[in-house]
Amino acid sequence: MQRRVVFPNRLLPYLLLLPQLAITTVFFFWPASQAIYQSLLRQDPFGLRTQFVFLQNFQSVLSDPLYIEAFQVTAVFSISVTLFVMMLALLFAVMADRQIRGAPAYKTLLLWPYALAPAVAAVLWVFIFHPSIGILGKALNGLGLKWDYQLNGVQALVLIVVASAWKQIAHNFLFFLAGLQSVPPAIVEAALIDGAGAWKLFRKILFPLISPTTFYLLTINLVFSFFDTFGVIHALTHGGPGRATTTLMYKVYMDGYVNLNLGESAAQSVVLMLIVSALVWIQFRSTEGKVHYS
Amino acid sequence: MIAKQTRNLPVHVILVIAVLIFAFPVYLALIGSTWDAGRIGRGQMPLTPGPDLIQNYTNALTSARGGRIIGNPVQNLLWNSARMALAIAIGKIVISVLSAYAVAFFRFPLRSFFFGMIFLTLMLPIEVRIAPTYKVMSDLGLINSFAGLTVPLMASATGTLLFRQFFLTIPDEYVEAAKVDGAGPLRFFWSIALPLSRTNIAALFVILFIYGWNQYLWPLLVTTGRDLETIVIGIVKMMGSGEAQTDWNLIMASTVLALIPPVLVVILMQQWFVRGLVQTEK
Repeated sequence: MQRRVVFPNRLLPYLLLLPQLAITTVFFFWPASQAIYQSLLRQDPFGLRTQFVFLQNFQSVLSDPLYIEAFQVTAVFSISVTLFVMMLALLFAVMADRQIRGAPAYKTLLLWPYALAPAVAAVLWVFIFHPSIGILGKALNGLGLKWDYQLNGVQALVLIVVASAWKQIAHNFLFFLAGLQSVPPAIVEAALIDGAGAWKLFRKILFPLISPTTFYLLTINLVFSFFDTFGVIHALTHGGPGRATTTLMYKVYMDGYVNLNLGESAAQSVVLMLIVSALVWIQFRSTEGKVHYS
Repeated sequence: MIAKQTRNLPVHVILVIAVLIFAFPVYLALIGSTWDAGRIGRGQMPLTPGPDLIQNYTNALTSARGGRIIGNPVQNLLWNSARMALAIAIGKIVISVLSAYAVAFFRFPLRSFFFGMIFLTLMLPIEVRIAPTYKVMSDLGLINSFAGLTVPLMASATGTLLFRQFFLTIPDEYVEAAKVDGAGPLRFFWSIALPLSRTNIAALFVILFIYGWNQYLWPLLVTTGRDLETIVIGIVKMMGSGEAQTDWNLIMASTVLALIPPVLVVILMQQWFVRGLVQTEK
């Protein structure tokens, strides 16, 4: 798209673009190409010799049982977070969309967790799930269920799912609410006049009409669980106990920074880049043509 | 709509439960920040406020030292987070409004190429390219510097896309009138385009402030000393491995202090925030 009337200057637009392009080049294109380049190299642990190994890093990454394990953890974690978040956010949004007393107050009281950092959300949930000082963790132990997320991998996974989902619901809630409020009232009224109940109205009218929002949120939540939850995992479990909560993102961090295996870490980064690019591309294709310029 | 008003009680019940699910963890932190570490460590924290509120917050803000923790005073951490969030928000808005203006109001060789370049950055969150970006930073000597902490996070396309989209809606007649009146592109930018973008700038500011305040992985890697440590990292460090006998009262007070600024921004600027969120992400 292009304006009909523009300014004639030759040099000025380049000057205006310069800051953005400079930052993008130095901190985006250069590192991204380095990641691809490094993923093709292998360096000995002392950094003395570097060898070009072509796709060998990818081969060893993708055939590494630890990587496959991290992939499985990521899949279970992301799908749980995404389902959890979307179901609750949709339920709350459908409720808040009703014409009830105090609707604006409910909206404010449901959207503020958007402001929390994932790691801060994680710390808040420690106060609940800590085995000896957390209110719920203590109660579970009192009932004789051995609750300790620092020892039990499944419990650790449950904790990071709960903390991550809790933080993300507010975001999804806002988008669902915006989607529901853009459904033309006439359609809703027509359905009600035809005798549709609340459930039928939701299933046959509202849910299909907000499906673009639902699809958009699906990809956003997957990206959120892949990357933004790093803070939750780092704060709560450090990928453990064992490797029970080591996601792909956490493994990139561990291999690149703690174990200093740059080649494999870079190869893992490239794999992640491909996954995200695919998600963004799918999402972009699906929203294309639905952009409003009002 | 009258029709939607049927059976309100269950709706209120569900919404109140939702509100409580969100509020309860913060309530616990708030209560914990008013008791002493010993009582919390023994797992005997009551659900009502205790006597140590002022003492805990004063301690957290000025020294963050307890029986076990030797922390970084929370006032320093808050200051670091605030200036990081402000620098990222303002920096991102400035560079993206300038580049969007160039793309929207001029026709020049390679325009689409440059726009495509900016657009590509949407694809990759910083987490993915973090190892090589770190390498670049250390080559440039920017590790543990304020610039190193903030500038890489300004490279993103969302702002440019938002402003470009908005600039395309400014009527051609405005530009023609400005030209007739002898105004050049910079004058038009300053006197027309920028003032018209006020609400967009406010909306984007809220989103970016929250984004900056909540950064985790990047500050974790780039800040090696204590002088640039942010509040989010500071709290996680205080908590350490999370054994029962630690200064939970300080951790809880710091957590409450950490969430007040971004939550206030979201609540006070709610209308811009909602607008900004829905616009920038679409």
